[in-house]
Amino acid sequence: MKNTTQTLLFFLLLILIWAGVTGDLSFLGIDCTLWSPYVLPSPSLVAQYLWDNTVNGKLPLSMLITLKRLLIGYVIGLLIGVPLGMLAARFTCVRNTVGVLGLGFQGLPSVCWVPLACIWFGQTEAALLFVVIMGTLWSVLLSTENGIRNVPPIYARAARTMGSSPLHTLLFVTLPASAPFVVSGMKQGWAFAWRSLMAAEIYVSVVSGFGIGQYLHYGRELQRMHQVVGVMFIIILVGLLADKLLFSPAELWLHRRWGTARD
Amino acid sequence: MTETAPHPELHDFPTARLSVERVTKTFETQGGLVTALQDVSISIREGEFVCFVGPSGCGKSTLLNIIAGLEKPDSGQALINGTPITEPGRDRLVMFQEHALFPWLDVIGNVMFGLKQKPNLNNRERLEVAKYYLYLVKMDNFAHANIHELSGGMKQRVALARSLAPNPKILLMDEPFSALDAMTREQLYGDIQDIWQKRKKTIIFVTHNVREAVCLGDRVLLFTPHPGRIREEFAVNLPRPRNINDHDLADISQRITAALKGYHQAGECD
Repeated sequence: MKNTTQTLLFFLLLILIWAGVTGDLSFLGIDCTLWSPYVLPSPSLVAQYLWDNTVNGKLPLSMLITLKRLLIGYVIGLLIGVPLGMLAARFTCVRNTVGVLGLGFQGLPSVCWVPLACIWFGQTEAALLFVVIMGTLWSVLLSTENGIRNVPPIYARAARTMGSSPLHTLLFVTLPASAPFVVSGMKQGWAFAWRSLMAAEIYVSVVSGFGIGQYLHYGRELQRMHQVVGVMFIIILVGLLADKLLFSPAELWLHRRWGTARD
Repeated sequence: MTETAPHPELHDFPTARLSVERVTKTFETQGGLVTALQDVSISIREGEFVCFVGPSGCGKSTLLNIIAGLEKPDSGQALINGTPITEPGRDRLVMFQEHALFPWLDVIGNVMFGLKQKPNLNNRERLEVAKYYLYLVKMDNFAHANIHELSGGMKQRVALARSLAPNPKILLMDEPFSALDAMTREQLYGDIQDIWQKRKKTIIFVTHNVREAVCLGDRVLLFTPHPGRIREEFAVNLPRPRNINDHDLADISQRITAALKGYHQAGECD
């Protein structure tokens, strides 16, 4: 409760300062406007934009389009990254080849793939997906490999004496044993996927659907800074919600089970 | 109300005889080739409780791993009821020095793990069997506890239940109590003898603690290193249940320790 109050008060203060310097508090006689709305839009302008475009359905629709892209790209990234990570942990030859490739590509911001993606796939959904997958795949691969290599070998030995086959051991012992690493890798992968998709949507305008990032891009083109800030809010909100709804429960469960919880 | 009949699985007391025939095993280390076992032969009766004792590096754990099927001998073989051992199997379960319990499963989930590999049982029966073994090791009140919430002694009790649950013929115990405090160990000595008599298993127990070996074993095999081999065999004919602080038990331990020192001073091991 105390934590929530602290957080809420802090954000209230931030918004008040923001309102103060953009002239939103002039009705209280406080007017210390520093910048014009073209440089920094006021909270009321941004709120108005968000409200109008939620009511008329434009933002919800583009959210749907964006989240669909995110989810598909992310899931494909996981489906390739986790097995590749397992192979890299198991076979030195995979580690020396694909593992090192992953290490290199993980350091490459996935927006760097945008020019190539546009040439290879054109202005299509596939180009967006490709960029998201490139953002997700490598970090998931590396953390899965790291996770599996950190599993104490005694677990597999114990399982084998209990009649567990090699495949059964991999799926029901090694994989769950590496869960703390894999989940933090999935979380990082999600964050990377989200960043990649925003970058891709800003650069690639496809006719098959107007995503959130494309709203941000056109906000910039049309000098509609309240639109830009409004979309930034949505991007932050999606990130926060994904963390709180998807990953926090999983992490909490892991901490309780493994006994690593701090509070 | 009549008592419900326990599952037939619990009335089955499989056991096995075991023989090790001229087993040799060497390891390559940075210091060169180490002969962990040289020409070791043993014969163990059905339902016998045998302890392997000796200093570290004498090959006792290696031999246990060979019997478990986790390692292969360079030459010679281990046989269970006359059949050569080539891989791990449910008929020989191992209890390790560290508990090796799975942290992602709760207590009963761990005990169920081995049972789930066992065909011919449905899930309700498996649960019943798992609960019985938790009761046997006095952990039935902790069925849904997380592993990290248990003390060291409790973890080893759960590990014991997990090894017993699939009803192996042979139980292989690799220094299972060495990380526990003296009080906890003494309780477990009583419990393991009790369980051995109830479940009639063949047990091989590896330890470097001579007293522990005499307290538990029908027979104590003394190993010496470089190369690892069995130097002497001691039959322990004391009545059970045995108390580790018993006088006669101390006398036998004394004899074994003296024998061990003799080999040591002769420079045959370090």
